[in-house]
Amino acid sequence: MTLFLGSLQLGLLYGILAIGLFMSFRILNIPDLTTEGSFVFGLATSAIMAVNGHCVLGIFLSIGAGALAGIVTGLLQTKCRIHPVLSGIITASGLYTVNLAVMKNAVNISLIGKGEIFSMAVNAMPMLSKDAVKCIVTFIFAAAVSAIIIVFFKTHLGLCIRATGDNEAMVSSSSINVNVTKVVSLAISNACVGLSGGILAQYQGFADINSGSGILVVGLASVIIGEAVMGRRGVTVGVISAVVGSIIYRYILAIATSTHVFPATALKLISAVIVAVALSIPTIKQSMEVSRIKKEAGKNA
Amino acid sequence: MLKITNAVKTFSAGTPNEHKALDGLSIHLEKGEFVTIVGSNGAGKSTLFNAICGNFLLDSGRIELEGKDISFMKEHKRAAFIGRVFQDPMKGTAPNITIEENLALAFSRSRSGPLGIAVRKSDRDFFAEALSEFGMGLEDRMKTKVGLLSGGQRQVVTLLMCTLVTPKLLLLDEHTAALDPATAEKVMEITNNIVNRNKITTMMITHNMNSALKTGTRTIMMDSGEIILDTSGEERDKMTLDDLLKMYSLKKNKEFANDRMLLN
Repeated sequence: MTLFLGSLQLGLLYGILAIGLFMSFRILNIPDLTTEGSFVFGLATSAIMAVNGHCVLGIFLSIGAGALAGIVTGLLQTKCRIHPVLSGIITASGLYTVNLAVMKNAVNISLIGKGEIFSMAVNAMPMLSKDAVKCIVTFIFAAAVSAIIIVFFKTHLGLCIRATGDNEAMVSSSSINVNVTKVVSLAISNACVGLSGGILAQYQGFADINSGSGILVVGLASVIIGEAVMGRRGVTVGVISAVVGSIIYRYILAIATSTHVFPATALKLISAVIVAVALSIPTIKQSMEVSRIKKEAGKNA
Repeated sequence: MLKITNAVKTFSAGTPNEHKALDGLSIHLEKGEFVTIVGSNGAGKSTLFNAICGNFLLDSGRIELEGKDISFMKEHKRAAFIGRVFQDPMKGTAPNITIEENLALAFSRSRSGPLGIAVRKSDRDFFAEALSEFGMGLEDRMKTKVGLLSGGQRQVVTLLMCTLVTPKLLLLDEHTAALDPATAEKVMEITNNIVNRNKITTMMITHNMNSALKTGTRTIMMDSGEIILDTSGEERDKMTLDDLLKMYSLKKNKEFANDRMLLN
């Protein structure tokens, strides 16, 4: 039961990360490696604030931290015209030092005994079990972020962002400033990533400088699993399916590790394989189709 | 209205591939004029449009629109009052976004702020009405993704996107060339309707000599980055397709005498 609820909580929590990646990967068409840095940036900011007794402020600051990282990548991409993937790598790499500085040069910080939002919520709702409260809190966060992003995509700016990812040539020859839409969308996408890290720090009670490595693949796996389950239809469904995908992903991991099929250390490899396989499915399908047509043609000849 | 003075643009300057795309070109358009532009490939027609839109800056020369110097204005800023339709139907619309959202991209910006809802009920009615005038049934498919439309339909949507908010200048870059003859004629008819109704100052590049003379109020012929023929009014009305072709081949003959032919 603990594993069941724990996976749900983690799924919702990482669902916010998945929403951020849905935005950069599916809407903007950029695999944004800033994620690896902005996730830890949010995590570290939130943790250090909680240690100093400002856990709620820490959550808000983690959003800002992520957004800031996104803006840096966005400016590198648009103003300096550096390749999108490389821009993300540069930002993430630089953020490692920044994150260490935020954590006062400690590799990890413990929040045990310090106030954090989850224990606050547990105290506020004494009639509910600890796990139930945690589920509620993570659900509220995931639902709020989903709602905001879904509405955002219906606004004019949101529409411009979708068009930029869809047909950049058209948008750049229109009266929309492509540079602005790109920077804004990377800021929002990384704000989601930072928030996800910020909540995670207070959820697990510690922050580790290395928790960002491989996080991009985890997020992409969630997005792809979500699409496999709910299909690729519109942005509204896309945002929800990212969260659903994230929850399913956590259950896959829980089953894989609890049945001891895989050791816990194999998680990253499993995620990588899921993403690689899922992304190659369209190509595999196509070549199967071609060989089927060839076979039919051979029969008829 | 539009005044271009001594526009010069050289590509790959200082290399063996140096190409003078615009060679001291000057032109002046009155408000409401509809100019058709003809000329062989590489004559500088599209380069002229790119210069007007601000894809690149001119090496020298000035571009003025309604008395305002726009020579150094950024591309997206110029796009707010210059509409452009390309030859490729894929270029002007976003395929994974619905018809109404594509139209909203071009339209609602002029009224609500960036965080306003993009497609409101009133917008939807307005778009449907505008689309219904084309008689293509697009008004019933407003929630269809544009990628599912045919080339002609996409071109009509693009045309509408460019003219929903009446532009100061409309540039049509062979916008019917990729369509089948019947659709091309239909799109041309729609173009004429829109331009005439709103009295939009328009420039249209075409390879169809016949429609170059029949459409609009003025015809210019370009070659090697220069205007070699500029005709309007009575002279143009009298001009036949043969006259135009003669002019065209006259220029070509000159080129035969040129050593470029030997090198090719």
